[in-house]
Amino acid sequence: MSHLFVARSPGVAARCLDGEMMIMSGRDSTLFTLNKTATILWQAADGNTPLEEIVEQKICAEFEVEPAEALQDAENLARELASHEILQISEEPIPQPNSTTPPGGLR
Amino acid sequence: MPELAAEVERLSLVVEVGGLPVRVNTADPVFLGMLQDRYTGFVGNSEQAEIDFEVELVPPGFSDPDTDVRVTHLQGRWLLRRNDFIAEWDPATGKGWIRQTANPYSIDSVLRIVHTLVLAREGGFLLHSASGVRNGKAFLLAGVSGAGKTTISRLAPPDVTLLTDEISYVRNLEQGYFAFGTPFAGELAKLGKNVSAPIAALYLLAKGRENRIDPVAPGEAARSLLANMLFFAEDEHLVQGAFHSAFEFVSRVPVSRLTFVPDARVWELIG
Repeated sequence: MSHLFVARSPGVAARCLDGEMMIMSGRDSTLFTLNKTATILWQAADGNTPLEEIVEQKICAEFEVEPAEALQDAENLARELASHEILQISEEPIPQPNSTTPPGGLR
Repeated sequence: MPELAAEVERLSLVVEVGGLPVRVNTADPVFLGMLQDRYTGFVGNSEQAEIDFEVELVPPGFSDPDTDVRVTHLQGRWLLRRNDFIAEWDPATGKGWIRQTANPYSIDSVLRIVHTLVLAREGGFLLHSASGVRNGKAFLLAGVSGAGKTTISRLAPPDVTLLTDEISYVRNLEQGYFAFGTPFAGELAKLGKNVSAPIAALYLLAKGRENRIDPVAPGEAARSLLANMLFFAEDEHLVQGAFHSAFEFVSRVPVSRLTFVPDARVWELIG
């Protein structure tokens, strides 16, 4: 079974304000506001943690949802965010540039 | 022996908005006069202009009429294009050129774009908002076209100094955020006063059946601010900078929704 890895795209700016995550594409200035599930996914998208592990440890722990259903939803969500180029997805771990800034405060 | 080529006399005008002197050089005295009229109150006398534009006037039809505004960065220079102008500006030297027909609107757009580029470096921005100064403090009244910027500007009482009815100039200075008057007028067709003041509040305009002020959640404040910011550059770093500038602004300046009926009593809530 192959894993899916997700990573925040480097060309975006993101801020979390009162629990609301907003992301702007540096490419075309499109602004996205993420819901709670998407925010969890975005914050956990470190390029190294498989998506199913993120779902199991972060999403299923937060919401009452079947793991298989949650994984399918998360995959759909990841692909949608990737289509807007704010998230990267790959079947291999995605190397990340060294960064000391936490997710949501990407300066 | 006759001269083979006569040197064309260059005429200059310094337009100073937001404390940034921009020298415009042209060989056409009629065009210069047009600019002097257009920027009355914003004509500086600085010998040390930070930005210097050579304007080349060309006949109509010189460019593609379908070209939307595009601002791109290439090898250290900004290239600005629209259906009525082409311009280039080198931030390192401060020098640039503008090719346009003899009208005051094209250069006005170039200046607006250049100001957004300069402001972005210091965390400032241009905003679709009216603004005025009352009791030494500036108030921004933001909204898209039709939100009421011109209406509320027209209703301003005499003790309000109008900075603009269309495009507010926001600088992030050491002392805090300041609003500056601009010549970038909207439907009121009246230039703002060339003064500045610390910004006390940003109001998001909404027309309604009563005058009232309501709080705005931080996320909505940031979204609304971003939606009203003028930004043209196709540049990843500047876009990211503008994004963070918006959040910085809403974390330091109170943002509220101002619902108003179109009469002068709305100004009893402001200032």
